[in-house]
Amino acid sequence: MTTTTATPVQGPVRLGTRLTQTLGTALPVYVLLALLLGALAVTDAGFYEPDRFLAFVRRAAPLVLLAAGQYLVIVSGHFDLSVGAIVTTGVVAAAEIYHGFPGAHWLVVTLALVAAGALVGLVNGLITTGLGVPSFITTLGMMLILEGGVFYWTGGSPTGYLPDDFRALGRQDAFGWLPWAVLVCAVVGAAVWWLTRSRWGRTLIATGDSERAAELSGVATARVRTLAFVLSGAAAALAAVLVGGFSGVSAQAGSGMEFEAITAVVLGGVLLGGGRGSVLGAMAGAFALTALFTLLNLRGVSGSLEPTVQGLIVIAAVAVGAANWSRWRRRSPSRNDQPPPPGTHATTPPAGPPPATETAPPTTAPPTTAPPTAAPSKENPSTGGPTA
Amino acid sequence: MAAASEPAPLPAVRPPVPDRWRRRLADPTVGIWLAALGVTLLGWIVVTVRGGEFLTQPNITGILQNCVALGLIALGQTMVILTGSLDLSVAYLASLGTLVAAETMAGSDGNMVPAVLAVLALCLGVGLANGLVVTRLKVNAFIATLGVGLILRGWIEDNYTGPAGEVSRSFQRLGYDRIGPVPVSVFLLVAVALALWFVLRRTRLGHHMYATGGDEHAARLSGVRTERTVLIAHVLCALCVGIAALFLAARFGAGSPWAGTEARYDLESIAAVVLGGTILAGGRGGVLGTLGGVTVLAVLDSVFNQLAIDPFFKNVLRGVVIIAAVAVYARGRRRAGRTG
Repeated sequence: MTTTTATPVQGPVRLGTRLTQTLGTALPVYVLLALLLGALAVTDAGFYEPDRFLAFVRRAAPLVLLAAGQYLVIVSGHFDLSVGAIVTTGVVAAAEIYHGFPGAHWLVVTLALVAAGALVGLVNGLITTGLGVPSFITTLGMMLILEGGVFYWTGGSPTGYLPDDFRALGRQDAFGWLPWAVLVCAVVGAAVWWLTRSRWGRTLIATGDSERAAELSGVATARVRTLAFVLSGAAAALAAVLVGGFSGVSAQAGSGMEFEAITAVVLGGVLLGGGRGSVLGAMAGAFALTALFTLLNLRGVSGSLEPTVQGLIVIAAVAVGAANWSRWRRRSPSRNDQPPPPGTHATTPPAGPPPATETAPPTTAPPTTAPPTAAPSKENPSTGGPTA
Repeated sequence: MAAASEPAPLPAVRPPVPDRWRRRLADPTVGIWLAALGVTLLGWIVVTVRGGEFLTQPNITGILQNCVALGLIALGQTMVILTGSLDLSVAYLASLGTLVAAETMAGSDGNMVPAVLAVLALCLGVGLANGLVVTRLKVNAFIATLGVGLILRGWIEDNYTGPAGEVSRSFQRLGYDRIGPVPVSVFLLVAVALALWFVLRRTRLGHHMYATGGDEHAARLSGVRTERTVLIAHVLCALCVGIAALFLAARFGAGSPWAGTEARYDLESIAAVVLGGTILAGGRGGVLGTLGGVTVLAVLDSVFNQLAIDPFFKNVLRGVVIIAAVAVYARGRRRAGRTG
């Protein structure tokens, strides 16, 4: 059943352009990453010494995990705003677990956290797909619940500590030189990359691209999407283990991380609203964001001005990405004042503020997948997210 | 989704009168005001049973006062969300607004008008920036307004470390005066709400906003200048935030760098708008529903305070309420889609 869905969406036209297309959406982020890494090399000659560079990758690891998970949710047409709260909750919960059971094995605790994260994701997914609540609201509510819950539980200030063997994942090296965090990051990255190539991944992207087309082709869209939320929650819990290991217990461990993760994913050329972009781009976006923070630090930009520079660069990068992409893409009108030629209505949404999402990308939409004119507006409310 | 995926709806044979009632109840605006009434009654009963008094004058004044800041920001947020956009920069803009107001006023009544104008000018600028980044640079509204918010945050953190400026005595009356149990600031909220209601329901701009939010492509093909509509929506939103900032400054008596972020006005306002039945994707909803959503949040807050519920646990309850309420809407909408 899933193969039949893959066929119309990833039609034969796609094969020739797939490589360029994959590179195309993510191209700006690779350029940005290269620029930032170059600037880092110029600013700090010792940056590329192996151990310092690995330390940089280790610092980036939690955000990369979050971006990989967030990518799965975003590409399916949703948001996950709860990941920052999951990180905070994970760190605090680990400390509380060790407070109660000082002898717990680190692997058991880690697995328990990941399972709990997956459970939170499952709840997010079921509420979003089953009850039709927009994911923005579901995960926002989940964020309130988790943050309120964790502070209520700990009375406002988390107690306890994390033993060394638990923290090893976040701050120790394997084989004496390779940080565990880098290893975890690589394994998860490879796994998610493999997942997006799998049958499930293709159906996920197809669902985000056009829910109606996917549904008509027999995809159980609710199940496919729920799994994306589950994986995002699990990735966030794993990121919590790394963050806890790296910087210890704090009630602010994950605050703001959900926006960083979404920013990273969007920097990576992934369309908010779903259906387009690669996980490699999303993870590159996370590296680029961390490189930007590092560069600002090294350049001595005062800590308080950091958000300003960050905001400017993020807007600029996404704007450049949007402009390049729409000009570079075939058949896409770069000026949206001109009405598109007849017949292309459903294929090339002019890039407005909310990049229209329920329509298929130009090269992949045979006429059958184009919903009738009335369908998109009806479809909007339930696909959730401000951009949907 | 349900509406679109259902096969052509069969002509339903149903008793018309209950159906009409059900549909009227499924209208989120009616629903949220009924919910506000229900929450008030429930809170009144619970508080009375536990030996407290709920409908006292200070309490009512408090609830109304709590409505104002969130209400003004949520009204602005309604405009952008209806147009299919989003504004995540409102919290930082509110903080900066209080600072600009208090610093310009510097405690003297003579500077009141320049201060108000300065705040509105700031908000006009930020609204234009948001709108232009969204429409001209084609940056997704989520990222664009998040980025603008970050820029404002850096500006605030670089220049202010604590409360700054001073609001003049007579301006503070905006925050504290009341007529009977009703604070004067509520009239400000009602005036803004009426103005926006008029814009949305009675002017061409408002119809263009609904059209743009409903289906931007179709709106453009029908001759709506969608870019300009989105731009104006962002400016209106920022101006509403400016008015909220003036109110907050009058309340605090000084500018506060945390005025907007501490109360999380960015996410709270979006939650209030969605509670009020406006669809996040845009095109459906309105001002009245948003006011209902704000009222529900304020009444709940007051009830929780009266019951002395742990502030952290309050957040948990609030999260549950928001999700549950929106789930109820989604259910009603699906059913409405099925029957007709």
